Amino acid sequence: MKRRQLLATSAAALGLAATAGTRGAFAQSPMKVGFIYVGALGDFGWNYAHDQARLAAQEHFGGAIETTFVEAVPEGPDAERVMTQMALSGAQMIFATSFGYGPAVNAVAARFPDVAFEHATGYMQDHPNVSLYNARFHEGRAVIGTIAGRMTETNKIGYIAAFPIAEVLMGINCAYLHAKKVNPDAEMRVVWAFTWGDPALEAAAAEALIDQGCDIIMSHTDSTAPLLVAQERGVHAFGQASDMSSFAPETHLTAIVDNWAPYYISRIQEKLDGSWTAGNVWPGLAEGEVLIAPYGPAVPAEVQEEADAMIAAISSGEYNPFTGPLNKQDGSVWLEEGQAADDGMLWGMDFYLEGIEGEIPS
Amino acid sequence: MEIGSLNVVVLIASLMVAATPILMAAIGELVVEKAGVLNLGVEGMMITGAVSGFAIAVTTGSPVMGMLGAIIAGALMALIFGILTQVLMANQVASGLALTLFGLGFSALVGQGFVGIVPPRTAKLDFGPLSDIPVLGQILFRHDALVYVSLLMVAGVWYWLTRTRSGRILRAVGENHDSAHALGYKVRRVRILAIMFGGACAGLGGAYLSLIRVPQWTEGMTAGAGWIALALVVFASWRPWRALLGAYLFGGIMVLQLNLQAAGLRFPVEYLSMSPYLITILVLVIMSSSRARASLAAPGSLGQSFHAAG
Amino acid sequence: MLRLEKRPSPSRAWNYATPLVAVAATMFLGGLLFLALGKNPFEAIRLIFWDPLFSPQFAAYSRPQLLVKAGPLILIAVGLSIGFRAGIWNIGAEGQYIIGALCAAAVALFFYPAENPLVFPLMIVAGAFGGWLWAMIPAILKTRFNTNEILVSLLLVYVAEKLLAAAATSFMRNPDGGGFPGSRDFTRYPSSANNEIIANTGMHWGVVAAFIAVIFAYVLLQRHLLGFQVRLAGQAPRAARFAGVNPARLVVLSLGFSGALAGMAGMFEVSGPAKLVSIDFNAGYGFTAIIVAFLGRLHPVGILLAGLLLALTYIGGELAQFMLGLPAAAIQVFQGMLLFFLLAFDVLSNYRVRFSMPGRKAEAA
Repeated sequence: MKRRQLLATSAAALGLAATAGTRGAFAQSPMKVGFIYVGALGDFGWNYAHDQARLAAQEHFGGAIETTFVEAVPEGPDAERVMTQMALSGAQMIFATSFGYGPAVNAVAARFPDVAFEHATGYMQDHPNVSLYNARFHEGRAVIGTIAGRMTETNKIGYIAAFPIAEVLMGINCAYLHAKKVNPDAEMRVVWAFTWGDPALEAAAAEALIDQGCDIIMSHTDSTAPLLVAQERGVHAFGQASDMSSFAPETHLTAIVDNWAPYYISRIQEKLDGSWTAGNVWPGLAEGEVLIAPYGPAVPAEVQEEADAMIAAISSGEYNPFTGPLNKQDGSVWLEEGQAADDGMLWGMDFYLEGIEGEIPS
Repeated sequence: MEIGSLNVVVLIASLMVAATPILMAAIGELVVEKAGVLNLGVEGMMITGAVSGFAIAVTTGSPVMGMLGAIIAGALMALIFGILTQVLMANQVASGLALTLFGLGFSALVGQGFVGIVPPRTAKLDFGPLSDIPVLGQILFRHDALVYVSLLMVAGVWYWLTRTRSGRILRAVGENHDSAHALGYKVRRVRILAIMFGGACAGLGGAYLSLIRVPQWTEGMTAGAGWIALALVVFASWRPWRALLGAYLFGGIMVLQLNLQAAGLRFPVEYLSMSPYLITILVLVIMSSSRARASLAAPGSLGQSFHAAG
Repeated sequence: MLRLEKRPSPSRAWNYATPLVAVAATMFLGGLLFLALGKNPFEAIRLIFWDPLFSPQFAAYSRPQLLVKAGPLILIAVGLSIGFRAGIWNIGAEGQYIIGALCAAAVALFFYPAENPLVFPLMIVAGAFGGWLWAMIPAILKTRFNTNEILVSLLLVYVAEKLLAAAATSFMRNPDGGGFPGSRDFTRYPSSANNEIIANTGMHWGVVAAFIAVIFAYVLLQRHLLGFQVRLAGQAPRAARFAGVNPARLVVLSLGFSGALAGMAGMFEVSGPAKLVSIDFNAGYGFTAIIVAFLGRLHPVGILLAGLLLALTYIGGELAQFMLGLPAAAIQVFQGMLLFFLLAFDVLSNYRVRFSMPGRKAEAA
């Protein structure tokens, strides 16, 4: 323990010294900030949202920083190589924006102790220059779950999910829970796509859900396809990652918007100031990292009020979306009466809550 | 027509839509392979069609123009392959793969300004009272025009290959290019035209995805549909009607497994999601073991370069 | 009029010259593309072809990385080339690569955390076995039921991908990973780690295996009876049958060989550069290797060079992206052009270009 601390401190000191040194020598030149994306930034989903934040940061800092990026970098050795080359090219800070970059980030961080690494949605933090950040997307799911519960007429809500991982299960469970709260008859139907982005498959999944009687569609995949199908079939739907109202002007209820810009700007500022230290943060609605897009015309005023109240309750910290009593699908107790789930419990989520039909791929 | 919570009529109607892009690409590739050429670049031509169709439809405001543009773009992409393999005698497998790589990059480059845009809508055909016939009306008379175009393509290609002189020439070229050449047929010309036809079909299939099926442009949006189309040609044993069967079988199982999931069925999802691929293999194994071997044979000169000596 | 005339045997001079001509042509046309995108073409070309090898800033790191990137490509491509020569089309190396990695991972996880020098060799065997097994499905369906191997091997890639996703999210998930997908990190389990043999050279066991495969394939094709049978089956299938070549045996052998090498490539990746089993562990090596095999003219040494050249464009392409702001799509187009030109100029080594006057046609014939 002591040894590790010692190592950490000395490495941090080294990092600071190195940073100060470089910045002294090139006081005029902008600080280089690198971004690596797992997919093409033309996906209009996850990678697109991160690149929008990069552009916002570039605009905010103007000539003080120079941002660069590499897109469509597969997780694994390619990511490690790209980040190493970025560091060699003089990048002071690197944002690695995919979960699977974890091992690569830590390997490169070990070799470049003076470079600040920011890893999105990861959990491995073996070096003092590796910072983790994530977003409480499930808080947004509580809001859209409430809207869905109020607005469904068939009492069936459809959910298109990517992979059976904790982040996705949090979203499904949270949306279901809050739909059920306002509408005890609400059911959740889940289709696993096993991909983050295959527009044709997502469209077919949305159709299957509608054919099975769902009249509200939400998704945790990248494309706008489910919204387009919903618009065509006259069914309500929620956008994902960015405001997608232009794709379904009549039936778009709202969207959970990933807004990484505030975090990127504040962290880059800290690095410029020399006050950057590694952290592990998980902001959500309160910090504005998760936003709820403007409500669509189909959402009645009283439902809007209810949704706004939910946003306010979560943002103020007075309400944790996962508060007991809650049972797992098999009927066993997950949270006792009044018990709120802590972050560790959320990341350990590998089950449906009681009441959801179907099976999680295992 | 209900089995449990599954409505068979609805299933058939949606599998037809889901299968249309791969059917279009497959029928084009079938003609190419019948001419003795193996073009593995279907995915690249499809995505080029998807982006070109989308870009042209958005700029001109006309989906029909988009479709035409996609056909031309697909054919032009195929022409690169045609020149490489027919004029410059390059290896077909490698050229096809290179075409896929090039097409994916090219489409992404062209599509940069078109992300997040909604294309003009394509009107559905109106069959009036026909669409209200129970069962049949829903299956047959409620689709967009291109679903019918894809069916016409199957019928047309079948008729052309089996009943016309030019179709027979194409097959002769594919079966044995040396004999065909000896008979005075222009092997190279026939093949280049077939390759361009294949590209046009793949381009249209891609545009169906970006303009009708999903109406949007995202990079890599064909997501492997071109590869499935290639597999279908083999599945079909190079016969047009069987390509239709294969596409609808594949699309049908895909739609069925999504519906089973959506119905909340308690069944391991990972096996459901594998099922379209596994069942396609299984059906082909059954078909290939029960039929005479000759009927399954690939065109004799498939994949070989042709060079007329002298 | 221009006319092609087949050479009696491929021209040696052009054999070596065409790749250079192709690279030069790509530089020219690619340069125009970069210029059209508003970038300095000379800088872009330098970043792609020169800097990874010689720039003081990057070369010390990039040069060994060339081997790391090319290693699995070469290993898979050498395996595929044997079958391709015999006219047996294994398009599903990607699937065999995945299954090989999963089998090797299973062995490592079975022994974890016990340290044993036998774990790593066992993993190699398991990886090769997994890839071989996955390739045996199309092989047996082909020999027993005459089912087309292109279709089966290709569709099995998708099945393997679903298995991989299931492995990463459930049955191989790291129990100490806080519920996140992905297996244990094999490089942190000394018995399974495929680390660099000599630091900063990029040489890990997978690269060694790739070199061995190249030599092995070379000897096989040049010296061994099987190599002769393979070449004969590809060039003259009927003659091959008269010469006593058993086509079923050839299918099983060549699919098995390519599957085993692809499986081994998966094993070396998962235990080394990739570190663990993750949902997106496969990065298209199985498909890219097909291109490498043909660029190398199905010749072991050619494959070695083609693998290195393609790896160079990947690494240099990344440099051009973040140093110059070129989009990834432009790099992909550039790679596509390079392949087109390499394939197109190959014509010069097998054919002679002749000018013929229309009037003198009779004489020429």
